[in-house]
Amino acid sequence: MGLMNNHGVLERHSLLLTIGILITVSIGGIIQMAPLFYMENTIEKVEGMRPYTPLELAGRNIYIREGCYVCHSQMVRPLRDEVERYGHYSLAAESMYDHPFQWGSKRTGPDLARVGGKYSDEWHLDHLIDPRALVPESIMPPYAFLAEKSLDYENIAQDLKALRMVGVDYTDEMIENAVIDLEAQVDPDIYFDEQDALVARYTEAAGREGTVQIRDFDRDPDRITEMDALIAYLQMTGTLVDFSTYEAEDLMNRR
Amino acid sequence: MSTTTLRKGGMDTSTVIVATMLGIFAILAVFIAGNATDRLMGIHATVFFAAVAAWLLGIGLWAGKLGDRDPFDQTKYEDTLVKFGIFTSMFWGIAGFLVGIVIALQLTWPNIFYFEQWGFTNFGRLRPLHTSAVIFAFGGNVLLATSFHVVQRTTRARLFGGMLPWFVFWGYQLFIVIAATGYLMGITQSKEYAEPEWYADLWLTVVWVAYLLVFLGTLWKRKEPHIYVANWFYLSFIVTIAMLHIVNNLSLPVSLGSSKSYQLFAGVQDALTQWWYGHNAVGFFLTTGFLAIMYYFIPKRVERPVYSYRLSIVHFWSLIFIYIWAGPHHLHYTALPQWAQTLGMTFSIMLWMPSWGGMINGVMTLSGAWDKLRTDPVVRMMIVSLAFYGMSTFEGPLMSVRAVNSLSHYTEWGIGHVHSGALGWVGFISFGALYCLTQWLWKRKSLYSVALVEWHFWLATIGIVFYMVSMWFAGITEGLMWRAYNEFGFLEYSFVETVEAKHISYIIRMAGGLLYFSGAAIMVYNLVRTAIGHERINQPASAPSVSSPPAAASLQPAE
Repeated sequence: MGLMNNHGVLERHSLLLTIGILITVSIGGIIQMAPLFYMENTIEKVEGMRPYTPLELAGRNIYIREGCYVCHSQMVRPLRDEVERYGHYSLAAESMYDHPFQWGSKRTGPDLARVGGKYSDEWHLDHLIDPRALVPESIMPPYAFLAEKSLDYENIAQDLKALRMVGVDYTDEMIENAVIDLEAQVDPDIYFDEQDALVARYTEAAGREGTVQIRDFDRDPDRITEMDALIAYLQMTGTLVDFSTYEAEDLMNRR
Repeated sequence: MSTTTLRKGGMDTSTVIVATMLGIFAILAVFIAGNATDRLMGIHATVFFAAVAAWLLGIGLWAGKLGDRDPFDQTKYEDTLVKFGIFTSMFWGIAGFLVGIVIALQLTWPNIFYFEQWGFTNFGRLRPLHTSAVIFAFGGNVLLATSFHVVQRTTRARLFGGMLPWFVFWGYQLFIVIAATGYLMGITQSKEYAEPEWYADLWLTVVWVAYLLVFLGTLWKRKEPHIYVANWFYLSFIVTIAMLHIVNNLSLPVSLGSSKSYQLFAGVQDALTQWWYGHNAVGFFLTTGFLAIMYYFIPKRVERPVYSYRLSIVHFWSLIFIYIWAGPHHLHYTALPQWAQTLGMTFSIMLWMPSWGGMINGVMTLSGAWDKLRTDPVVRMMIVSLAFYGMSTFEGPLMSVRAVNSLSHYTEWGIGHVHSGALGWVGFISFGALYCLTQWLWKRKSLYSVALVEWHFWLATIGIVFYMVSMWFAGITEGLMWRAYNEFGFLEYSFVETVEAKHISYIIRMAGGLLYFSGAAIMVYNLVRTAIGHERINQPASAPSVSSPPAAASLQPAE
């Protein structure tokens, strides 16, 4: 076979072999990945998605730090049992601000894409402190230390700035007020005026009312803990999109 | 590398280049430590600086003592580095297996193995430590050591670059230390198998480029007209991992003094990039790299040529072409557009054929020497590794079918699948290579004890069977329970009932891991005694050499 004889050329020239390998392994990636960046129907058109508030973002970073994604997915598949167990199947739009994505690959614990609002703050607090106190059969690690650790948020504006550079729609106002927005979301009694500004900013970004939850999440009014941030994040997951605006049969949403 | 500079100060060009690079990185580390905005970054920059400073000091002391000796004698192979690699492989292997047992215990008996005040020992932080330790630390060191050995023997040339391969070796160890301590402290970018943060990624990129340079440089120096098939596989591993690593880790640090970065891509695009990377880390780190080991060590150990030259060409190119497409099978039924899922599934099924091409080529190399399966447990280990390879590359395409995946995804079945590949294929072929290398490089007639290899083989094989079967059972059980409905049309089970149902399987899995670990511990004992040169036991003194060492220290005709 001629082709086989010509292979000797590659075996005698290491650079040709290297280039040949590089071309061969590039083709699949280019054809598969590149279209996702420009095809218009990659991400559905829905209302309600907004950038995370500074407190939610800090909570999300703790979620990442603790490796929650290792056991919890955030991707409800359009299968009957999953939709009944967890809620509406996940849309691509719901993770459009996730740098990086948190879809996960394993469900040692349940999916968390729509855990927001399902349980009370107290439940989350008690469950995170000692999972087996609430669910005896649970195999989740305890996260009591989060309730004792003050949240480090003095540089949170830097995080918003970096996220804006990679494409999240944070406004100048959001970045300037990041620290005060964070405090206002967890301490409504002290930052009475600031909470209106926070709600206004993120409601405008979301395009709908009621996406910003403001309260002391960990029942510890003295300080802002990592627990506050994590629960604020969990209570937000899956609550942003207004599903009455999502038309599954719309041509743009059929993928 | 001219001899004149050597004579003067004991320093050659490559040593100067490496020392300069280290100096630059030391200064960078000091700068970052001084401007660190978070405590963890400060710790890491300091650790990095300390390591590089100690390294520079070491190079200085070593070069000062050289005198007139040429440390990079071109008439000899660089075997010392490979010997170092054998020991780091054993060390990281044992460490990685141990962490695996710990996290298996945590899932089995959470009340005993979680410590409330030690957040860093929680499953979420130890699991990346386990995966990285076994894949990148153990597997990576085996690949470094074997590739450095194989490329020299098959080109009849000493490793290119003098000090540069040593930079690759120690630089890679430093990357492992930074990554591992980072996981424990909570530094992660949460992309599976690519968890290290931006600065560790940058350092690995530098090390990897140096690795490519050493490998290509050695090929350029070769005294053989043809590049041997094992080197094609090593080359595709090095080149493709570089591409995957760079694209998947594109991220923007919050600041130069921050350990935190944000990915360039978001959501669905990031997901596809990650699994394009993730699946091809399997494809090019754990498959082509280890196929290269197979292509050298099996023919060498059984003293037979590779079964089919034509098959190796066909399966090499088809394997690397098809593998790259398979990533989206990790994202079935997700928000990834369906055309991409279908494409991923189609190529995953096609991938079955080139995978089995490699298996057939390896197993059939035994033609005419089948008796070695019985007489040489090292050969048996490598052939059984191919059997596991064949099994898991059949299971993989099966699981990539959307209908099957709807059941298997998110369950323990996936964990069982990767472990049959990792413990069976990657682990066994690595152990085989380590047994061969230790015996050959230390020039022993045989291993310290062949009986202990038998023990290793059987303990590990039974361990893998425990692991696989328990995870199949657990995965299919929970998958079916999640979708079970009762007679009233409601979901039959709450989530936690499915967790409870896996308890016995978890115990069996943990026992399987323990068996596998004890096998590896026996191997370490055996290899250390072989290297020291202790006498063989359980063998008559007149026994013929089990495998003739191909490796004289000085350059020989190509093997």
